[in-house]
Order: sequence, then C-alpha cells, then structure tokens
Amino acid sequence: MTFIYPTDSNKAHPLPLSPDYKSSIKRAPSKPLIPMRHTLSELTGPVYGHETVREGDNDLTRQHSAEPIGERIIVHGHVRDEDGRGVPNSLVEIWQANSCGRYVHVRDQHPAPLDPNFTGAGRTQSDASGYYRFVTIKPGAYPWGNHHNAWRPAHIHLSVFGYSFVTRLVTQMYFPNDPLFPFDPIFNSVPDEKARARMVSSFDLENTQPEWALCYRFDIVLRGKNATPMENT
Amino acid sequence: MQDNGITPSQTVGPFFKYGLTPNGEYAWNDAFTSSTLTPDVTGDRIRIEGRVFDGDGVAVPDCMLEIWQADAQGRFADPQDKRALPNASFRGFARCGTDKDGNYAFDTIKPGVVPDPDGKPQAPHILLAVFGRGMLRHLYTRIYFSDESGNAADPVLALVPADRRVTLTAVREAGKPIYRLDLRLQGDNETVFFDV
Ligand SMILES: [Fe+3]
Repeated sequence: MTFIYPTDSNKAHPLPLSPDYKSSIKRAPSKPLIPMRHTLSELTGPVYGHETVREGDNDLTRQHSAEPIGERIIVHGHVRDEDGRGVPNSLVEIWQANSCGRYVHVRDQHPAPLDPNFTGAGRTQSDASGYYRFVTIKPGAYPWGNHHNAWRPAHIHLSVFGYSFVTRLVTQMYFPNDPLFPFDPIFNSVPDEKARARMVSSFDLENTQPEWALCYRFDIVLRGKNATPMENT
Repeated sequence: MQDNGITPSQTVGPFFKYGLTPNGEYAWNDAFTSSTLTPDVTGDRIRIEGRVFDGDGVAVPDCMLEIWQADAQGRFADPQDKRALPNASFRGFARCGTDKDGNYAFDTIKPGVVPDPDGKPQAPHILLAVFGRGMLRHLYTRIYFSDESGNAADPVLALVPADRRVTLTAVREAGKPIYRLDLRLQGDNETVFFDV
C-alpha cells in the first residue's frame, strides 16, 4: 500500500492562533507556513515494536500497590486512516489527570488531592486491525486560569504515530455531553463542528463490563489515503 | 455513513512531561530518549543543541521536540523505504523536552543524502516537529547543517526566502561535532515552518 497525505485534510486542525486560548498568542507563527512537496523524509516514519511497550502498560489502574480512587473505565477503539482501514502497530501513548482533576506533574498547582496509586501515564500498540485498549480512571475536570472561572472538560491526552512523520498526532479525547464544551477555548479551537465531534468518545454499553467498568469508544483517524484507489469513479 | 475525516490536533498542554519525557523524574519509563545512537550505527556522531523562544523572546520551558532522519547513507529505518538498511538497529527517531531555560539537545549522526520526488539530491537534513503548550498543533521544520555545500542546491531550501534560510541552518561549533540551532516560534526571526 502506498499512501498519500493531502494537505487539505489538515483543515480539520485548529488554527495556530486562537486568541481565546491565551497561550497561543505568543506561540503561534506570525508568518505563513511554506508549502512543499512531500519527499521520502516526510513519507516515512518511525517504526516501533513491542519492545517499546511492556506488558500491562495499557492498564493505568495497576501501576501501584493498590487501585486508584475513581471511576474505573475502559477506553478502546481503532486507529484508522482516511479510507477507514485500520492502522496496525501504531504506538498510542496517553496521559491524564486523576479522578480529582490533578496531574502528578510538579507544576500542577490545583488544590485537589494527588492519588498515590495513580500516575496517569500509559501506552499501547494497536493490533493488526488497528484496535487498541486501555483501562484507566475517568479523569476529573480541572481549573486552568486562562480566563475567569476557566475549567477544562474532562479529557485524556493522546499521542499517536502512524505510517509517516506527517501522520503524527497529539490530541485529546473528551467524554460525551460534557457541559463544559461551550466554554473551552481549546476544544473550540477546532473550527469545524463535525471535526470537533470526532474528539468526543462515545459511551459503549455493549463493551461495558458488568459489575466492573464503564466503556468508552474512541476511534482515531490519522492522515493517509490510498495513492492508488481500486476504482476511479 | 462513517465520517472518516481526521481526528483534529489538540495542544500537548503543560503537563506532558511525566507521560512523554519523564527522564527519571516520574514513576514512568521513557519510550524514547534524546539520542538516536545505537551500537552499530555508522556515520559522524553529532550533537544538535539550542533553545526555544516565544514571540516575546522568552525561553519556552515546556516544548517537546521530535526528530526523524535518515542514516548516514540516506536511508530510512522504515519498510516503506525500499532500499537496503545497513544500520540494522538505527531507528532515526528521538524525542526531547526543553528544560527550564528552553534548552534542548539531541545526540545523533549526520544524515546522508535523500532524494526528492524527482530524484534530485536533498542536502543532509533532519525533520523536526515542535509541540508545546499554547500550540494547538505541532509545527514542522527542518534542520540543515552549516558545513554542507549541498545546501545551495537543496530543492526545499530553495522554497525559502534567502534571508530566512538561516533559521533552518544549524551552525557548527569550531572544532567540535556540535551544531547550534535556536528556534523562534514567532516574530522577526521566526523559524521557517512548513505546511506538510
Ligand atoms: Fe490536560
């Protein structure tokens, strides 16, 4: 399979300068990006195997001596390309706040408790069909000082690799029907409503495990189309 | 009908360090380091270092940088590159977080020549992706080297206004295998970023 990466797909991404998100004001480029043709450098990308991911790295509830506090959840889905095909062996890394909305990061000053049994970092690799799965704790919302009474909707940060260096994606997964969506400049930095909706996981009753954990499905679509489509219609 | 549009990017935020670049400071192990060097790698070993600044010229302490490059023979450690791979364990990828003063450093090898889509040689270069709080999507740039005569004929550098090429060119320190390149996210001397 040979892939192409139309730059048109990038229109789904946020604009670099989104003034409602204050930190973007001094960190967005002021000059236009320079278009260029993809060379072999852009069309290839790092390949990482199972040696990067240890057994159990996808279960954030079992990294310490006891279980973390909070609502245990399963987060799973497929990494796919723009033609809907699964992307196999894709490295998915996640990090998140604990159930109280507090990160273990030393600079997080939110006066909510740390959980000694929760670090909040995990990684896994998608299987041959692009499927991935994590077990974790539902993260809490947290305040962030961007504007008066600013709170981030609950989210899990994700970092994903695909077939090439230009499929690299860092994003955030949100939870359905969060009342904070209309007020969050980071969520709303994505101009297209349909694209915004693709960052919201769906509640998955079918894969919810009775007496154990709710399940959310989050499919991740990376750039990349078949360069030689079967039918030319 | 399934909506196959891509998943939009969101900022890496201020708190990625414990997950992506813990470097011994958190109860989590690093998937990647700031070095691409492997025991069997051939080529000239170099260090690339510099600082990252925002539009006010203030150092950025919470950037994550990732590099992707060919080996010394100009070949990528990816089966999509159909040419032979002599450096069996060379991966060509590394990740580094900036420190409190905005410093970064990568240990790697000088990459070889990679052809462009027309088969013309590109000067040795490394791809660089820049992630950070305040950056809703990462930015792509390239690192070229001050001591490469091929820069003058490089087809990608040719797309860049002559007075801005300096922002892509890591400068070799006299007598040492060290190159320096500062990144400026915004402003008069802003680093050239590519729309890829
Ligand atoms: Fe966050």
